[in-house]
Amino acid sequence: MSSSNPKVTRRRSGIMTSETINMSHGGGGKAMRDLIEDVILRSFDNQELVTMEDQARVDLSAMTKLGDRLAMTTDSYVVDPIFFAGGDIGKLAVCGTVNDLAVGGAIALYLTCSFIIEEGLPVADLRRITASMKLAADAAGVKIITGDTKVVDRGSADKIFINTTGIGIIPEHIKVGAQLAAPGDLVLINGYIGDHGAAIVGARGDLSIENDIESDCQPLNGIIDSLLAVCPQVHCMRDATRGGIATVLNEFAISSNCCIKIDETTIPMRSEVRGMCEILGLDALYLANEGKVVIILPRDQASAALAVMRDHPAGIHSTIIGEVFSTPAETVILKTVFGGERIVDMLVGDQLPRIC
Amino acid sequence: MKYVDEFRDPNLAKSLVREINELVEVIEFSKQRPIQLMEFCGGHTHTIFRYGIEQLLPKCIELVHGPGCPVCVLPMGRVDDCVSLAQRSEVILTTFGDAMRVPGSKMSLLQAKADGADVRMVYSPLDALRLAHENKNREVIFFALGFETTMPSTALTVLQAEADGLDNFSLFCNHITTVPIIESILNTSGMQLDGFVAPGHVSMVVGEKPFNFVAEKYKKPIVITGFEPLDILQSIWLLVKQIAEQRAEVENQYARVVASRGNRQALAAMERVFELREFFEWRGLGSIDNSGIRIKDDYARFDAERKFAVPNIKITDPKSCQCGDVLRGAIKPWQCKVFAGACTPETPMGALMVSSEGACAAYYNFGSLPDLLALKLARENQEALP
Repeated sequence: MSSSNPKVTRRRSGIMTSETINMSHGGGGKAMRDLIEDVILRSFDNQELVTMEDQARVDLSAMTKLGDRLAMTTDSYVVDPIFFAGGDIGKLAVCGTVNDLAVGGAIALYLTCSFIIEEGLPVADLRRITASMKLAADAAGVKIITGDTKVVDRGSADKIFINTTGIGIIPEHIKVGAQLAAPGDLVLINGYIGDHGAAIVGARGDLSIENDIESDCQPLNGIIDSLLAVCPQVHCMRDATRGGIATVLNEFAISSNCCIKIDETTIPMRSEVRGMCEILGLDALYLANEGKVVIILPRDQASAALAVMRDHPAGIHSTIIGEVFSTPAETVILKTVFGGERIVDMLVGDQLPRIC
Repeated sequence: MKYVDEFRDPNLAKSLVREINELVEVIEFSKQRPIQLMEFCGGHTHTIFRYGIEQLLPKCIELVHGPGCPVCVLPMGRVDDCVSLAQRSEVILTTFGDAMRVPGSKMSLLQAKADGADVRMVYSPLDALRLAHENKNREVIFFALGFETTMPSTALTVLQAEADGLDNFSLFCNHITTVPIIESILNTSGMQLDGFVAPGHVSMVVGEKPFNFVAEKYKKPIVITGFEPLDILQSIWLLVKQIAEQRAEVENQYARVVASRGNRQALAAMERVFELREFFEWRGLGSIDNSGIRIKDDYARFDAERKFAVPNIKITDPKSCQCGDVLRGAIKPWQCKVFAGACTPETPMGALMVSSEGACAAYYNFGSLPDLLALKLARENQEALP
């Protein structure tokens, strides 16, 4: 930290001495400053943040060169447990918001980050979470530039909740929208479905199901950038999080007033995930993902899209899973492995609570 | 996936469908009216919809989805009783996930949980027992539901609780038994069922013999059936073959799991802990004699109904619900007046919309296309009326 900053020269750099978070860390005083300096600033480490103003300030002219529309999104993360195979609540909070920007065709740039912490959270856990957020942000090429920390009484929250808001810029030539699916278009996905939901079930252990499935939690902006560079006329794109691919496909079918038919035999799924679904009576079409994007694009661009997606580490198992028809409108139909057909509706209620 | 994919082979399905088509050709009455086959069990209903089996069958075969979803047939008064137990401050109420959303007259367990009741989802009654060990100062009540499939595990849990010397564990017992309800369906006037797909996992416990009366007294073919799509298709083939050959027998398609004498240890545990109730109310079907199960006096200390007072008020089903007609096969789910209108899986009015194994919820979620289009058309015509 620079010594020219008057706020800092009056006192020594904050060092967290407490091993757990307590109410004073949210009190606005010295303890809070120690927490912010020692844990948060140290982890996120960027120019916009260290000035410690009440707001982040970013250069507008650089942004306007990237496109003609500002994209903005927000999401809160309450996943239980906070650490799971393949990720943690911090990685999720970065990837989830970056992905919500990316699927709109936006170039993700900046994130905000608000923590609501239950008193008693080990500081080591918070350090692990912020380090993981930094790693994810670097991987996605975004910066966390402003934030907030609140501490609440034991029982008023569960360990830690994180809200992130993201902004990005949509280039002029990109027009992606859920209402743009057209008959004849093909439906693509960038890999195995249901990994995140299955990993959470495994990590929670309360259903006495053990598995070694890792969450697919990953930033998608890289693969989407590569895809849009080759196929700028992508019609629809959405990341299939809560509610799984079934929910996203239904949203497309309703917004575009079309029918989407998918073929069960082509949907990529790990046998471990299938096995877990068989045992617990879950439907993987509704299981949460945190690194999967469902894409609808003109048929003649599908092979070029697949090639570029499969070349990217986030899309090695990319494949075509279905096709768009005009009727029956607002309907998703699954051709089953058995040769029959059935409707895939929106999910009612929760398959599993607090999945992200 | 081994032991799963073999039972979902589309090529085997095609050859079975071909043979079923050949068989129905020789069944004369199928030219006047459909061959009605009832699958009793909600698990079968689920498989039929999940894999789109109905569309593979010839048009003259009609599947009637029976009352074998224990969550669906639970009457509202019993849900109210369960909610009142859950609302006691000393109680941890444990339940299978399906039962959480079943509406009572005022609320479901899910709503009771939101209002502060300690309701926890478990996958086995043994999980409830573990909770009782871990929470000695609380009463852990297990919401026991289901046919003979789940009865043995509940009975064994009670026996284990006794062996462990637990005094803070009890059951709210809503087990029901299969035979009386099948008999009641067969006794319904105007019933035209031509055969039964019998529940595989119930049979695994009780064996083949309890179903003999269907073939002997009522002269209807019945086939004990597994839960994979090929199991069901093969059973339909066996049933149609019996009908074509004018036989009425109990056949066991699910011999890889079901022994003809059932499971003696399971039956012994049930016999020790449970006895028949004289009457038990079924949602949509009314009271059926000797169809409910309660805990014997010897184990009364594990009976939540005797440990705590429950309101025990009978609540009649909403008048507009036609669940009974659907259960008897008199109408298809989508022909019910409130289907997909006032009654949906989000806000179920009738029993059959509650669980994913209920016929109406299955139609709603997985509905076959011709039915869906027929429904849309009917709705449009209705709206067009002055």
